[in-house]
Amino acid sequence: MKSNNNSGISDKFRLNKKVAPYVFISPFFILFLIFGLFPILYSFFLSFNSWDGIGQMSFVGLDNYAYILTDGWFWDSVQTTVIIFVLTTIPQHVFALTLAFILNSSYVKFKDFFRTSYFLPYITSAVAIALIFDVLLGTRSGLLNAFLIWMQQLPPIEFLFQTFQFDLPARWLGEPRLIRFSIAGLVTWRFTGWNMLIYFAGLQTIPRSLYEAARVDGASIRQVFTKITLPLLKPVIFFGVTMSIIGNLQLFQEPFVLVGGAGGTGRAGMTTAMYLFRTGFHWRQFGEGSAMAYVLCIFIIILSLVNKKLFSGGGLNEL
Amino acid sequence: MFSKKGLLLTVMVFVMAASLLFGGSAELMAEDVTTITVAAFPDQDSGFNAILDDFHEKYPHIRVELEVADFDDHHQSLLTRIAAGSNVPDVANVEIAFVGDFVNRGGFENLSAEPYNADRFQEDIIGYKWAQGTNEETGNLIAMPLDISPGTLFYRRDRLEELGADIDDLQTMEDWIALGEEFAATTEEDNRWLFADAASVYEMIRRAGDYQFFDDEGEPIITSDKFVRAFELSKEVRDRGLDGNIGEWTNEWYSTFQEGTILAQPSGAWLGGHIQNWMAPETAGKWGVANLPDDMFIGWGGSFVAIPEDAENKEEAWEFIQYVTTNVEPQIGQFEAANIFPSLLAAFDHEIFEEPSDFYAGQNVRALWLDAAKQIPEVNTNRYDNIAEDIVGDALTEVLENDKDIMQALEDAEQLLRRRMR
Repeated sequence: MKSNNNSGISDKFRLNKKVAPYVFISPFFILFLIFGLFPILYSFFLSFNSWDGIGQMSFVGLDNYAYILTDGWFWDSVQTTVIIFVLTTIPQHVFALTLAFILNSSYVKFKDFFRTSYFLPYITSAVAIALIFDVLLGTRSGLLNAFLIWMQQLPPIEFLFQTFQFDLPARWLGEPRLIRFSIAGLVTWRFTGWNMLIYFAGLQTIPRSLYEAARVDGASIRQVFTKITLPLLKPVIFFGVTMSIIGNLQLFQEPFVLVGGAGGTGRAGMTTAMYLFRTGFHWRQFGEGSAMAYVLCIFIIILSLVNKKLFSGGGLNEL
Repeated sequence: MFSKKGLLLTVMVFVMAASLLFGGSAELMAEDVTTITVAAFPDQDSGFNAILDDFHEKYPHIRVELEVADFDDHHQSLLTRIAAGSNVPDVANVEIAFVGDFVNRGGFENLSAEPYNADRFQEDIIGYKWAQGTNEETGNLIAMPLDISPGTLFYRRDRLEELGADIDDLQTMEDWIALGEEFAATTEEDNRWLFADAASVYEMIRRAGDYQFFDDEGEPIITSDKFVRAFELSKEVRDRGLDGNIGEWTNEWYSTFQEGTILAQPSGAWLGGHIQNWMAPETAGKWGVANLPDDMFIGWGGSFVAIPEDAENKEEAWEFIQYVTTNVEPQIGQFEAANIFPSLLAAFDHEIFEEPSDFYAGQNVRALWLDAAKQIPEVNTNRYDNIAEDIVGDALTEVLENDKDIMQALEDAEQLLRRRMR
């Protein structure tokens, strides 16, 4: 009697089998609608309006887009972004792939330790990173400069510095041409471990039998790497580079903590994401800021498509 | 006998009466103490904290909750919340760099109107500050002046003695540059400078005069003589190697204060609190304060308090604002706590201005600041001030780093600025 009663009540609340899955996945979609989709659509709407954040919005059509596409500072920021992108993405992937290959080989002990160590920068807070890099990159008190000055005592290195007119102590965070290297260095340091993990996972999907067959055929390590590992990793490289394109073109946090919201000396560290943030939230030109976000988005799509063209195909499926 | 309906009615009456009684008293409790939120940035919060106990004692029906975020975050989140019209603080603390923007765009209560009638306090508060808090078009007060900050020159007393210089002889920028040359010549190495950063010469001069970046019609004046001179002098300091090229708020900047590698630093009076409290406390007694060269009297910092239109407790917010801005006690309390210089004229007669400070080797710096504060002209504010600050600052970098022609840099900057005034 009692148990019947209970099941009677819970029957009322029992979800229809067709409805239940949607209810269970709804939290994600509700949050996505509020925090994901709504801002995306709203900023698209904003990009056709002029708005200072408080007053009346007025529709201006494509004015904002015309304004930013003829804005020198916008193109400066695009240039900065692309330079930093190139300076960081290439070393990131070269290092990550090499490290993953070494870690995956049978020569290395303490694999877990190394994997964790390389990944650590990725989860470190930006504030702590800013403090550490301030100590590293300081002009007169920085460790890097102290090391370089010590190195300079060696004649060949002194000669090298002189040829490139590299004066010590270097103003890593003060001189425009060095600021981009400093930012790229920080970003590389931070994300190499993350890419390494992706490549490491990719490497583990390559069957051992292939390596064994290569060894039987007398292939060198270099041959194994270029003829087996690289071609089979192509889809993983595609994924990794795509993530780098998306991430590094939206670069914001690292330059922001290193050189501040104004982009440092000569705006050498002002990426497009920082510039659109400054335009929107500091100068209160939200329409122009939103338009920049959409132009940046288009750049990202174009680069991703180019990347797809370069890296599509390959992998285990084509064996 | 009660009928069933009658019983129900009776119970209902009781319930309603009871709810009226208890609910009523609960309402009374809530009305008794209203909690207002005051959004501020450091170090203004130290000032507020120092006077809150007194405020709560005098106004037992109000409780103040402070909301503190760092400088940029504070102003940005303030703007976002005002735009959204929700979760706004009852009292918003706005710094001078943002005040032109905030008062000229709306979103805040008009304090000149009923029920505030703030204009009755106009005579009590330092003139130029009042002007900065008013809307350009309507002339209504939007942001009530809370504190000012006279620009001043912090100099190393011990270094001047070593050089045999007398502070009274140093009246112009040229005098300081000459002394800087002497100071730099005392060592072979490149670690003795006049200023940490040549840009601080520009920072000082751009704030001088009746207009900053714009005239009263809102036209940019950044190609005027003031900016040319500011750029020329900055460049001269840089070219003579009299600055360390050290950005503010970096570890290297702090060490110039600790080690006495710079002769002087122009800034607002508020910097004194930072030097004394955490940047270089061990240098006590080695510092002196002088007026800025070339008889410049300028405002360098300072803030306002305003009530957002969507605030929930405007009446109590106004009571709080009146308390902190128009009473001598809290104005002096904030000054003592964090060098937050009063904007209330009556507070200037307080005895605290007669006390010498040990940190400055017994110099009466507060009286000097007070005297400087009285001579600051009415500088206007403009809604595009912070855009102009970015653009002209960038032009200065072009001049200092890339040897760009000064007039060319300023003309380019003006063109950029006009483009952005949309």
